[in-house]
Amino acid sequence: MMTRARNIYLVPYVLWIVLFVVAPIALIGYYSLFDVEGKLTLGNYARFFTPVYMKMTLNSFWYALLVTLWSLVIAYPTAYLITRTKHKQLWLLLIILPSWINLLLKAYAFIGLFGTYGLANGLLELIGIGTRQILFTDFSFIFVSVYIFIPFMVLPIYNALEELPPSLLDASRDLGASAWTTFRRVILPLTLGGVKAGCQVVFIPALSLFMITRLIAGNRVITLGTAIEQHFLVTQDWGMGATIAVFLILMMVLIMVVTGGRKTRGAK
Amino acid sequence: MKRQLNWGRLYLVAVFIVLYSPIMYLTYYSFNSGGTMREFESFSLEWYGEVFSDTRLLIIVLNTLVIALLASLISTVLGIVGALAIRHVRQLRSKQALLSLNNVLIVSPDVIIGASFLILFTMAGVQLGFNSVLISHVAFSVPIVVLMVLPKLEEMSPTLIDAARDLGASRWQVLTKVTLPFIKPGIFAGFFMAFTYSLDDFAVTFFVTGNGFSTLSVEIYSRARHGVSLSINALSTLLFLFTALLVVGYYFISQKSGNKPTNAEVAP
Repeated sequence: MMTRARNIYLVPYVLWIVLFVVAPIALIGYYSLFDVEGKLTLGNYARFFTPVYMKMTLNSFWYALLVTLWSLVIAYPTAYLITRTKHKQLWLLLIILPSWINLLLKAYAFIGLFGTYGLANGLLELIGIGTRQILFTDFSFIFVSVYIFIPFMVLPIYNALEELPPSLLDASRDLGASAWTTFRRVILPLTLGGVKAGCQVVFIPALSLFMITRLIAGNRVITLGTAIEQHFLVTQDWGMGATIAVFLILMMVLIMVVTGGRKTRGAK
Repeated sequence: MKRQLNWGRLYLVAVFIVLYSPIMYLTYYSFNSGGTMREFESFSLEWYGEVFSDTRLLIIVLNTLVIALLASLISTVLGIVGALAIRHVRQLRSKQALLSLNNVLIVSPDVIIGASFLILFTMAGVQLGFNSVLISHVAFSVPIVVLMVLPKLEEMSPTLIDAARDLGASRWQVLTKVTLPFIKPGIFAGFFMAFTYSLDDFAVTFFVTGNGFSTLSVEIYSRARHGVSLSINALSTLLFLFTALLVVGYYFISQKSGNKPTNAEVAP
């Protein structure tokens, strides 16, 4: 009796998994074996290991790393301070609300803010530095990416901090630890799960953001995502695009393993 | 201690200002009668008028809403079925496997999902346009609904179902009279999440949208690539208000059911 009922629910769900999870990944692997003319070849993989693509991959990695680190540096104190405020839930909601706004609108806003006559240059003018080229630089790319990812970093860290029993902090202080020692030896190790979860949600998308690179960095920064989009939608070289996608998937798996996979607490 | 708290408050306020300044900036200039985001000439509702008289844009807004509503409805049904399927699997290992497969689409970068779905639709012969966008939105919303519904299902005591069966309820009655009412908060949360995911999505849609059909995100992207136009500002102000309403509605529901915000709820 039970088995029959289980089968009824499983049929559509497993069908969904096969069609939209297993098949697409398999197809990416399959397409990576064909060149532009549709010939079966390993040439795409050979091309991926040429200096052009290797440099792009390393660059993409480097930018994603910078974005993740800056997000962490800004988000950790933010999360910590939110747990210390009186209206925690309200502050958290306020910090998270911008993440619900369409990402493209935020990017578009920065086109205005960072423009030659925008607010940022107005401020620079005011403090005497003068107008600079901000848009279409590495700085603008990293700033906007960090801006977009801060809420995703704050949330898991906040959850980890909330789960920390306050008595541990009291104990640490009673035993004579300074504020810094308490942070380094007690708070940080116990919230590492949240930090890892946060890095995971930031690093993987940071490798693949292509609209930000197009709109804000003016094609100066080429990430793996930009390259995939370029190959699929512009040059129509699906084989090479799929090959890059294969490597992006591999990196994703690697990062999931390194940051503790799906068992991290903040990301449940 | 008190001074430290003040510094903390200052830091939070600074983060808050940076997070909101782009949105405020867009809103401010949406009332500018001049055509740029540089100097504010005088207050005007001209750009709002332009948004509402732009038939092409209104059709795109309508498209986006229809896609979001249909996609979230279909994915909610599929997601409930999926959660029930996972719940009914007895073997721990198969359950873990199903959950991992479920989460693949949540952690995958949008570019990978978009590219692989593009290959899938091309091979399956699905015409790119309304159908392909709808199918992919359903596909990537299902796992989120599953994640929202499953905890509620796990919370439900099995004795409740046994009691209903003892009292002579049919399997269908157990589902509609006992299970579904119990997991209703999870269902609503899942529906809301799916709805906002669909509204917000850019990258996946961008890959599978083809030529004739466009959603709001894709339209904003192509307009933003041509530079600043204040009707986008007006549009984004309207969208911001709409999003804020949705979020408040969602939080109202999740507060009622006592859920803690998790990362799945904010991931783009």
